[in-house]
Amino acid sequence: MNEVPLTHILVLSTALFFIGMFGLFTRRNMITILMSVELILNSVNINFVAFNKYLFPEKLDGVFFVLFIIAIAAAEAALAIAIIINLYRNHQSIDVDDATEMKF
Amino acid sequence: MNYASYIFLIPLLPLAGFALLGLFGKKYFNESSGIIATVLILVSTLLSLYTAYNYFIAEGIINGAYPSITAFHTSWLSFSKNLSIDIGILIDPISVMMLIVVTFISLMVHIFSLGYMKGEKRFATYYAFLSLFTFSMLGLIISSNLFQIYIFWELVGVSSFLLIGFYFDKPSAVAASKKAFIVTRFADLGFLIGILLLGYYGESFEFSTLIRQLTDVQSSQSIAITTGTFAGISILTWGLILIFIGGAGKSALFPLHIWLPDAMEGPTPVSALIHAATMVVAGVFLVARLFPIFSLSEIALSVITVVGLSSTFIAAVIACTQTDIKRVLAYSTMSQIGFMMFALGMTGTENTLGYTASLFHLFTHAFFKSLLFLCAGTIIHFIHSNEISAMGGLKKYIPLTHLTFLIACLAIAGIPPFAGFFSKEEILLAAYNSNKLVFGIALLTSGITAFYMFRLYFSIFYNKQMEIQNPHSEGSFSIKFPLVVLAICSIVVGFIPFGNFVAADNKILESHLDFRFSFAPVVIGGLSILLAMYFYKNENDKPNKVASFWGKIYQAAFRKFYVDELYIFITKKIIFNFIGRPAAWIDKNIVDGLVNETARTIEKFSYMIKGIQSGKVQHYLLYFFGGIISLLIVFVYLWK
Repeated sequence: MNEVPLTHILVLSTALFFIGMFGLFTRRNMITILMSVELILNSVNINFVAFNKYLFPEKLDGVFFVLFIIAIAAAEAALAIAIIINLYRNHQSIDVDDATEMKF
Repeated sequence: MNYASYIFLIPLLPLAGFALLGLFGKKYFNESSGIIATVLILVSTLLSLYTAYNYFIAEGIINGAYPSITAFHTSWLSFSKNLSIDIGILIDPISVMMLIVVTFISLMVHIFSLGYMKGEKRFATYYAFLSLFTFSMLGLIISSNLFQIYIFWELVGVSSFLLIGFYFDKPSAVAASKKAFIVTRFADLGFLIGILLLGYYGESFEFSTLIRQLTDVQSSQSIAITTGTFAGISILTWGLILIFIGGAGKSALFPLHIWLPDAMEGPTPVSALIHAATMVVAGVFLVARLFPIFSLSEIALSVITVVGLSSTFIAAVIACTQTDIKRVLAYSTMSQIGFMMFALGMTGTENTLGYTASLFHLFTHAFFKSLLFLCAGTIIHFIHSNEISAMGGLKKYIPLTHLTFLIACLAIAGIPPFAGFFSKEEILLAAYNSNKLVFGIALLTSGITAFYMFRLYFSIFYNKQMEIQNPHSEGSFSIKFPLVVLAICSIVVGFIPFGNFVAADNKILESHLDFRFSFAPVVIGGLSILLAMYFYKNENDKPNKVASFWGKIYQAAFRKFYVDELYIFITKKIIFNFIGRPAAWIDKNIVDGLVNETARTIEKFSYMIKGIQSGKVQHYLLYFFGGIISLLIVFVYLWK
């Protein structure tokens, strides 16, 4: 079976990263922003796994890193959803442009 | 004998009292605070007496002299291998003697205050301050090095400040407490410089090491300090004179005495304890403690003699003209401390009677002067005024106070067999042996002393007959008891063979009273008393006539020789205008200006950049990634 070359995987992860980035900048809905952050994190995860497999196949460091990142991403999602709920209670909306009290 | 097992309790018990009453006294035991403090000081007193018994009687003389024992010693701040500030307890004849004086007088004052300060709102605070003072004073006398003594020196200063300003709703008391603190603090600057000079050249702060190194003429330290000079006077003399300035400030010697009369604003028992018996003799104690070093410098000793003698005489003259009973006593204290000082100043290497005499006078003076103040307290309590003119014919109302006051007056006037006679006699004898002029002035002053004390006595208890409606009693048992105890002490302590216990070289000094010599002082004292009786026994206008006869001189003495005015002139006209105002200008315009300008610049800058904070999350995100990308560019491409 032909192996997938590393560059393909890197292109995939880069694409994922910038899709996430684009979502982060253009979306106003908090939940979409959260999803974009998850996309960025997953692009990093793909990088870790790919580099681990192609550069140090005898080791497992990259894989463990990925496990940690997934755990942290789960925690972060819980926190973000808590923030979103609070934002909704205060503003009756989850649009970030509605929450502008902290400007000068 | 192992003193270390209990000696540290003597100062620490009052400290415990201070902590307890200072923190919880007002809330939990306002009523019982007096009893608590008194019991603690009673234990301290018993321990001091036990120490004295062990030191002087049970152990006694070893190898021909009383030993100097370091009961406890620990290094506190060590700067280098040779130089460290230590904490220690030194036991030698003078510290044991002072332990007895301080704890005993403090105990009497504590008991007296139980009745005298009863019903006071800040009763617990008062006892907390008294305990703090007692702790600091005890710490001062058992200090084993110069820095430790300096720490406690400031502590007694601050407790004196607190107690003088006890009635802080009275503006005069506040002013007096500030004056006392500032004047003594100013003098302490000299003390500190003196300590540093002696410590630097003597290479130690420890009394025993310092004395050993400086008195040995062969040692390098001694050579360095005596050969180094400043303005033609050796460093040794400079250091000693500066230390003496500290002592003179605390002991209210001319011209640093101005705080003592004002300090009488404090409660009267406080005056008895601090400003008569204990704290004001700290200067004498300091000179006595460093006496082996002082005796190396003729000039320093002459300075001590001159300052002591002039304070004695000036204070005695002023005391004759004052009309406030406590002020008369304050000037009399200053005069008696002058006696102790010049007795030390005249002690030579050959004739060491002056040293013993000085400390003997310190010892007896503590009893009869605190008695005088406590009597003054009951009189003021009875009459509700400090002015002599408001008193008269009190003999039949307060008989016990009359009797004890008379005993104290006889003691201070030097009439045998009361305590003051013995100690003053020794001082006069020491003066006679070393300098006839000093002896003459001292003799004259002791006559004046007898005169003004009996002026006070006759003006209060005889003179015009006052009719007092519904006189209240002299006071409770706690007021009467200390008066009686101190009166008995004023009679008997003179018979203690003091030379057997305290002498310049810690050996025994044989002193004989020569009754042919004591003839002149006693006769002069007696004549002065008769003179006072002639003027003041009955109400008449003789005193006024004499006062107007002396005219200008009387006025000058009444205004305390204008020393206060001189100080005010120097501070208000010279220091304020030429130092204070320029300093204030620099502070306002340069120091403050610098700070204000910095703040203003930052404010302007903040206004300029505040637009960045838009409140839009995506803007912040943009700045965040912009920052990361620029860091990336810097570290990956530019940083080579």
